[in-house]
Amino acid sequence: MITEQQITDVIYSVIDQMNELRDQNLIDKGLQTPLIGQRSQLDSVDLVNLLLGVEEQLEDEFDISFVVANEKALSLKNSPFRTVKTLTDYLTDSINQ
Amino acid sequence: MMILPISKKVILITGSSRGIGRAMAEHFLQQDYQVLGCSRSPTSLSSDNYQHFCLDISDEAAVKKMFSTIRKQFGRLDVLINNAGIAAMNHALLTPMSTVKNVYQTNVFSAFLFCREAAKLMRKHQSGRIVNLSTVAVAYDLEGEAIYASSKAAVESLTKILAKEFADFNVTVNALGPTPVETALIKNVPAEKIKQLIDRQSIKRLGTFADINHLVEFFIDEKSDFITGQVVYLGGA
Repeated sequence: MITEQQITDVIYSVIDQMNELRDQNLIDKGLQTPLIGQRSQLDSVDLVNLLLGVEEQLEDEFDISFVVANEKALSLKNSPFRTVKTLTDYLTDSINQ
Repeated sequence: MMILPISKKVILITGSSRGIGRAMAEHFLQQDYQVLGCSRSPTSLSSDNYQHFCLDISDEAAVKKMFSTIRKQFGRLDVLINNAGIAAMNHALLTPMSTVKNVYQTNVFSAFLFCREAAKLMRKHQSGRIVNLSTVAVAYDLEGEAIYASSKAAVESLTKILAKEFADFNVTVNALGPTPVETALIKNVPAEKIKQLIDRQSIKRLGTFADINHLVEFFIDEKSDFITGQVVYLGGA
């Protein structure tokens, strides 16, 4: 069982790594941080890097192989990639199923 | 866990146990690369700088596990050569659907899977080179090769589109189309058919492993960072 907090910590850790490589427009670490859409500080490449970073860290920390952008995630009516919170909820549910 | 010095480049070659893949593996071992190879069967190739993975390249879980091992063991991947492929030469009316599925599974789906997983690793270092193998059969629209040639046409299309998508990560994607080379892939093709093929080339001779290695070296050269999305046919197809 991987907790919501553990998943959030993984996402924040990846955001930290991404921010280290950015001079400006740092990504906020908050549950309501938008990951897609006009209000998001992430462009499409940042989103790819975030999701792949999360995938990698989940594998390293919890020894699980999980494709974040899987068919289910991409077909949901409300994208799970809207905010840090929706991504956390989605990952927590999917991984613990 | 062994992490190699950053100076040593890591190259992964699919289908490295025989034919063109084997020749490439031997060539890049001489070029001081850390060479990784994979195939369904074990290989007799042995070197301190060679590591072989026995797997079915269409098995997504096995492939992901291999890339995870590469990431943890070497921390990087500089070059992917998508060489593994199977051919099917038959009249379309005599081609079973199982053959169609097998050819597409190996030549297209697996090539995509390897491109995707390799680019995930390469993106971390903001550099990488992917070379896919096509064939002159695409340029010639050869009768009897509808499935093989169309699967490689798909590989060429993948090459051009992935070149655009991976450019954000400084990963180039190119393809090369060899002429017939003396390998197991063409051993059952009648000599007359090979001659007809060679006669269509601008330079009329069989290809060699050296021809292929030379073009691969060009694509993966550090100075080739502005060359992507290209398909080059050997022999002037």
